Amino acid sequence: MKRRKGTSDSLLTKAGGELDDRFKLAGPARVLFNKVFPDHWSFLLGEIALFSFILLLLSGTFLALFFEPSMVEVTYHGAYVPLQGVEMSQAYASALDLSFEVRGGLFMRQMHHWSTLLFMASILIHMLRIFFTGAFRAPRETNWMIGILLFWLGFFEGFFGYSLPDDGLSGTGLRIMEGMTVSIPFIGPWASAALFGGQFPGTSVISMLYIIHVFVFPLLLLALITVHIGLVFAQKHTQWPGPGRTEHNVVGFRMFPNYVMKQIGFMLFIWGVLGAMAGLFQINPIWLFGPYEVSVVSSASQPDFYVMYLDGLIRLFPAWELRIPPYFTLPPVFWPGIVGMGLSVVLPLLYPALERRFTKDRGHHNLLQRPRDNAGRTSLGVMVVVFWIIGVISGGNDVFAEKFDISLNAMTWAGRIGLVVLPIIAYYVTYRICLGLQQHDREVLAHGLETGILMRDPNGRFYEVHQPLAEPDEHGHTELEYNGWVVPKKMNRIGALPPADKGFFKSIEEPSEDGRTERRDEIESGKH
Amino acid sequence: MSAHNDSNPPEPVDLSNPKLSRFEVYTEGLRRDDIEIIHYEPRFAKPGTKAEKRMERIVGGLFLFSGLFATAFVVAYIWWPWEYEGAATWRDLQTWYTPVLGTCLGLSLLFFAVGVLTWAKKLLPVEELVQDRHDGGSSSDDRKIAEATVDNMVEDIGLKRRPFLVKAALLGAAPLGLAAIAPLGALIKDPGDMLTVTGWNAERHNDGEPIRFMMRDGAMVRPDMVSVGGQITVYPAIDHGATNQYPTSPVLLIHLRDADAEILRKNLYPMYQDVDALWGNFVAYSKICTHVGCPTSLYEQQSQRLLCPCHQSQFNVVDNAAPVFGPATRHLPMLPFTVDEEGFFIAKSDFLVPPGPAFWNRPSLPEEDEK
Repeated sequence: MKRRKGTSDSLLTKAGGELDDRFKLAGPARVLFNKVFPDHWSFLLGEIALFSFILLLLSGTFLALFFEPSMVEVTYHGAYVPLQGVEMSQAYASALDLSFEVRGGLFMRQMHHWSTLLFMASILIHMLRIFFTGAFRAPRETNWMIGILLFWLGFFEGFFGYSLPDDGLSGTGLRIMEGMTVSIPFIGPWASAALFGGQFPGTSVISMLYIIHVFVFPLLLLALITVHIGLVFAQKHTQWPGPGRTEHNVVGFRMFPNYVMKQIGFMLFIWGVLGAMAGLFQINPIWLFGPYEVSVVSSASQPDFYVMYLDGLIRLFPAWELRIPPYFTLPPVFWPGIVGMGLSVVLPLLYPALERRFTKDRGHHNLLQRPRDNAGRTSLGVMVVVFWIIGVISGGNDVFAEKFDISLNAMTWAGRIGLVVLPIIAYYVTYRICLGLQQHDREVLAHGLETGILMRDPNGRFYEVHQPLAEPDEHGHTELEYNGWVVPKKMNRIGALPPADKGFFKSIEEPSEDGRTERRDEIESGKH
Repeated sequence: MSAHNDSNPPEPVDLSNPKLSRFEVYTEGLRRDDIEIIHYEPRFAKPGTKAEKRMERIVGGLFLFSGLFATAFVVAYIWWPWEYEGAATWRDLQTWYTPVLGTCLGLSLLFFAVGVLTWAKKLLPVEELVQDRHDGGSSSDDRKIAEATVDNMVEDIGLKRRPFLVKAALLGAAPLGLAAIAPLGALIKDPGDMLTVTGWNAERHNDGEPIRFMMRDGAMVRPDMVSVGGQITVYPAIDHGATNQYPTSPVLLIHLRDADAEILRKNLYPMYQDVDALWGNFVAYSKICTHVGCPTSLYEQQSQRLLCPCHQSQFNVVDNAAPVFGPATRHLPMLPFTVDEEGFFIAKSDFLVPPGPAFWNRPSLPEEDEK
């Protein structure tokens, strides 16, 4: 007992000593604790995907305890009355049991599905951030490619996941996948037979997808995510330009305790949102769709949102079939389904290399670019985004047509024309906006801020008073160089207008007990 | 290379000096990691002020609330009535089971999250540090040594001196790699005629006897069961004929009005005229879309169109179900049929062209190129 006298400090020291004796941790641990991370909200978008992925592993493990990936025909005798006595696969029956007869099963199923949607959505948004700020440039091309692979792994992991319950909707998705597979020249019928163990839908595809969904792909995802984050760590995060920031340093705060605490808080926040969504918002009510039957489908059969653009492209592609009689047919679905998807994989993978080739920029870049400063790339990105959005909308064009009382065929034609025309317009408009923003930045640097104060000179001419950002020369011009970072555009950005009184219930700027006003400075460098 | 351009970097300190404060030892660690402090001060200049105490109370309260809701989650998970008992109203407690779980777990996690974040943002020191990035490759010394090491290794193995071994190893490894993936070949199956022969093939499935039309529930179909302008889905009356075992067999049987039937008879492709594919005003089309295989289950009586809800292909019922809109390129094959002596519909033969999605060696027929 008397040995226990030591303070917690000395206990910690002792434990640390024991660990260091065995694992030699003192040096590496210090490097880890002290590592400096740059701070910006947009650097956390990828984290949302990571935290959703952890929740996917947890909730998925729960689901796997109860789900039976079998296509054996059974008669349903479970709790859900409308389907009692219906012939269905064991997979669908066990998915129904998960929803109705497992305590908290529905909650877990919905959490798994919502987490998937957030996982894919945050990957997309994260990818846009990386693209538009040029963070994929050397030395980070490898990590960009890993990120693209992660998106496509997630794409198929999600698709396979919602195919597993073998309900009406998931069977329809598999049917479309089969139609795409069989369209591949020469190997199509063989590939389809291999996937489905013979004729679609067969009796083996669910168990095959199951092992891919719960083992192969999660393992690949986990491995690639580890490398992805490891590379971010080893190559050190990019940072925005700003005071004191160069290509050769990192300005920010320490990994411990600041960064890690914020990460933990952020992770719990994401989980909290997903937990609430899982309980409050219904998703994929499989009991309404019934078991999959090849002859049954309902309107508004939409895939999950990340698959929708592909479905939209398949809807929009015209009925162009190549026929070389007597024995060669190239079905139209081959172009959007197989070629379109292939290009969606390959072009993003190659983009960093292509940009290097065309710009001949082979240097290392650790400072991010503002999207406006690389108008060509930004416009290209917006072009792709517009293309994608039209695809997504067209993937649900029957729903839009029905809800807004538009002709379905008009929706299809609008999509077809829009897909060709709008990206080009988007490119042009974005390019002009970028140039305009660039010009305005230079203008403010040269002439100062608009103050909103109008003056009239003796000749009767009206003019606006400008607030220069530095000491002007005799023409009122300032020679300030643009440094790739935010130029103040409003007077209160340079502290000219005091902030309005803040506080929700009462002013937070009331005198503190020592009689002085506590007021935090409105402007903090590099933080916007 | 200094991390940044201002002033002189801090001097190394002598760690054996017993007078060093903890902070001085700590900053020596930063120095060794090429980190400099730009700005570092406690969040509250004077420890123990009212404002700081208040912030501590807020964070503590958030953690306690989190615990409260986590407890509520566990209690609800165990004791809240959850079993599904058929249709219920919002007054039945079990309908609230999932929302209660979500609310409790969500709030618990959110409270804890906000607690941790508030701690980090409002109580940790205000800090800004700068670290040298050490971008680019290794030092030239390291590169030189690594190169020599690799060259030495190559020399030891004799990769350059023993070209025969290298070639032999490659020749051995290639089949070995093939052997590693060869077992996947177990998945390969001959598709055979799975894409061309359906459940309506009497030789294959009914000992050559004509196959009757059957409804989902197994009832045989007679002409009087479909009213004029109506349609039903029928299946081959064979074992499991209405199940997914025969995915290309479902047929849409439509009883056309006189005028429509007249138009269809006029438009009928020669191959269907030859076999007399219609029976009276009845026509039977494959229900499987020729685009990617969804059922074309929406029948618009007004415009005489069949619509596939998956990709909106539309087929003209009074023109051999030829595609009129959307991505489909071929008509829905017609099933030639008639009525047997007992008054039930029977198929005369299998489809004349393969139903369902196209594949590369699907025979393409002159009839389909007419449109």
